[in-house]
Amino acid sequence: MADAAHASAAPVAHQFDDFEQQTIADTFGMWLFLATEVLFFGGLFCGYSLYRNLYFEAFTAGSHLLKINYGAFYTALLICSSLTMALGVRAAQLRRRTALMVLVSLTWIMGFAFVFVKLRYEWYGDYLEGLVPGLNWAPSRESMEMINHFHAAGPHVALFFIFYFCMTGLHALHMVVGLGLLTTLLIFAKQGKVTGGNYNWVELVGLYWHFVDIVWIFLFPLLYLIGGRYV
Amino acid sequence: MSTVAVEVTPTLPEVHYLNADYGWRSWLFTTDHKRIAWLYLFAITGFFAVGGLMATLMRLNLIEPQGLLMEPASYNKLFTAHGLIMIFFFLAPSIPTVLGNFLIPIMIGARDVAFPKLNLLSWYIFMLAGSVFMFSVIRGGVDTGWTLYTPLSTTYANGHVLSAAVGIFISGFSSILTGLNFMVTIHKMRAPGMTWFRLPLFIWALYATSVIFILAMPVIAITLALIALERVFHVGIFDPALGGDPILFQHLFWFFGHPEVYILILPSMGVMSELVAAGCRKRIFGYSFVAFSSVAIAAISFMVWGHHMFLSGQSLYAGFVFSALSFAVAIPSAIKVFNWTATMHKASVSFDAPMLYAIGFIGLFTIGGLTGLFLASLGTDVHLHDTYFVVAHFHYVMVGGAIMGYLGGLHLWWPKMTGKLYPEAWARFACLLIFAGFNLTFGPQFILGYLGMPRRYSVYPPEFQVLNVMSSAGASILALGYLIPLIYFTWSALKGPIAGPNPWGAKGLEWTIPSPPPTNNFDETPIVTEEAYAYGHEEAHVG
Amino acid sequence: MSEHVLPKKLYFMVFLALIVLTAITTGAAFIDLGPFNTVVALAIAVIKGSLVVLFFMHLKYQTGMTRVVILAALLWLAVLIGITMSDVFTRHWTEKGKAWQQSSIISPDGDTRSTVLRLPDRA
Repeated sequence: MADAAHASAAPVAHQFDDFEQQTIADTFGMWLFLATEVLFFGGLFCGYSLYRNLYFEAFTAGSHLLKINYGAFYTALLICSSLTMALGVRAAQLRRRTALMVLVSLTWIMGFAFVFVKLRYEWYGDYLEGLVPGLNWAPSRESMEMINHFHAAGPHVALFFIFYFCMTGLHALHMVVGLGLLTTLLIFAKQGKVTGGNYNWVELVGLYWHFVDIVWIFLFPLLYLIGGRYV
Repeated sequence: MSTVAVEVTPTLPEVHYLNADYGWRSWLFTTDHKRIAWLYLFAITGFFAVGGLMATLMRLNLIEPQGLLMEPASYNKLFTAHGLIMIFFFLAPSIPTVLGNFLIPIMIGARDVAFPKLNLLSWYIFMLAGSVFMFSVIRGGVDTGWTLYTPLSTTYANGHVLSAAVGIFISGFSSILTGLNFMVTIHKMRAPGMTWFRLPLFIWALYATSVIFILAMPVIAITLALIALERVFHVGIFDPALGGDPILFQHLFWFFGHPEVYILILPSMGVMSELVAAGCRKRIFGYSFVAFSSVAIAAISFMVWGHHMFLSGQSLYAGFVFSALSFAVAIPSAIKVFNWTATMHKASVSFDAPMLYAIGFIGLFTIGGLTGLFLASLGTDVHLHDTYFVVAHFHYVMVGGAIMGYLGGLHLWWPKMTGKLYPEAWARFACLLIFAGFNLTFGPQFILGYLGMPRRYSVYPPEFQVLNVMSSAGASILALGYLIPLIYFTWSALKGPIAGPNPWGAKGLEWTIPSPPPTNNFDETPIVTEEAYAYGHEEAHVG
Repeated sequence: MSEHVLPKKLYFMVFLALIVLTAITTGAAFIDLGPFNTVVALAIAVIKGSLVVLFFMHLKYQTGMTRVVILAALLWLAVLIGITMSDVFTRHWTEKGKAWQQSSIISPDGDTRSTVLRLPDRA
């Protein structure tokens, strides 16, 4: 698979026999790391599943208090960023440095937009409406109407919001780490380090970025679309 | 195993991994898996001393029914710290990071692990974790027990739960990265001819352990994060005031916690296979059974966690399922014990220290394992839960099993790691002292538990005093037994006789290279053509 | 690790599918499907996730061992969630199991006043 041209262009660490073994090992290592992330988020999904089934009315009410427009916007944004990331990997495979830099930058911008909009508009908005348990849990009158409409208990709705902030917060933290990785990647790309045949670093960052996207793909319906919006 | 007759006096190689480079920078910035193993060895020995000191204070306190030394509040902090230190900062790292780091690349014929820099990073993360945790202890400690149950840990505990949780959280990352490193190494870096079924069983065991690291440790990480959240913000998902369920915490904790104890014992079982093979100069009976049993233990261990929760308010029907599965998980462990014993049958068994530790392991682990079945049965667990019976059970498997395996492995591979021999007579004496002290410490505790003495209590009814004093006396003998190897290993490293490449006459790639090995392990990548433990028949009758 | 370069068209088609599915899942939330709202939402999420994993993350072109890793993680997560939930939802099968539910301070008719939860007033 990896031909002599690759082997001579790319450095191989001393513990590996050849470039292909190094690439395979690095990629396998990243997939193992993603497996740990599945279980890390999984603990929260476990608690979520339990309480959603125990307090479905409260979770429905809480879900209706979230801003579905933001949720849909984020989902589309992350899907776009996944596209640019995947195309970036492809650009690196084809040794197109400029294309790679453009695509990584686009990915970065969209990721940054995600975090910025979430913190500045959505979370701050929730704070203003008194929907942050532990900080200022005192739902506004409109929110209380929504809660009563579903015959939910206020404290159970607070429980929903704890899950909302924990799960999206952990996700946002992973996005920030992803932004850091993309920045590093951009620097490497500029230095021409990943377009000389050894594009694996791009692939690894891509794997991480896509994983974070998949987490959001599940968070969107589980948090924003509970119980339907037809009421 | 009497030493194979050598024609020439063994000498140390000119250049090896210990003298290849000098200075503190060559150690603290090393990426050599063998040097990293030593970094871990010093670290965990330090933590063992701290944890042991706490155990000493606890056993001293329990000499008197009213508590000799301290108030219950202080005693609670001691057993919590003892548990957390021994589990996270001694036992979990012990065999994987010391023996595993040193031996895995050599046993599979590689030059290093897959990610050497990540390996060093794991050590630094471990040291950071230990520092944060010790900070918590020094500041006053935590009194919740190592299991950190809610709502005590989240709401009512007065102490440094947050910093303790952060320390453990960080240590989890160290373990995850080590496990990841080992898995990639074993999958992708085996020498030509080293198929899966030619691997030493030690590798199979560490592979299974790494799988558990990958799958279990993230769950404790998120659980600790949730505790921290509830401590800081005073609201959380385990809070009944919000409709939360404290038992959810126990589910999340023990989903990690039970596989964790298999993290503690599996590597030791791997060492056992090596000790028995070398000590009997014979291939392990039923190799594939032992190999698959490691994987089976790893898999089933994830499905039995509720046996820690029989009395928690958990559903009775869930209890049935967990109890049945707990009986199932005993089977692969038993298979291993049968196979080791069958290996010893009609073999020329040596009584050198490594083999003595192995024999001790078989007996003590069997007792520990069988008493686990009493706890796995719903009916008997009702009476034994949270008594000293549980304490005795897990110390039999953790100390009688895991630590004996660790010490046996240290003795077996000490000549390889240092190029020197340890004094055999002292080693045998220390082993017997440890064995005797251990049984005197924890044997009476089975009886105490059966009679009803609760665990985690600093005071007890006067009728239990005799057994408690016996236990404390045993602890002092045990402590002496642990101290002796510390002294003679130090002596051996400095002044011991030179070992040569294969003082035991054992099979395995590690015995084909010099002692101590060169930095790159192998001058040429070995090509493996033999099965594991390919002892011929003629060697079985030597000595 | 496969070296072969996937055509741009494939990436764009997957992208399009993901956008369409997002639109469908959002739109479906506004239609009353009863309990099937949840089923549909989760099913679409699984399809979207699979598309990303198979094509963007190249799992379709990876060795079997990588699939085993992901499947193992998902399987054991399912064990965690499944058995934990089966505990909570079978507690009421015995009399003693009911005690926990009744100890919650939330009254059966959903009284929203909490007597225990004390939080700082809004500034």
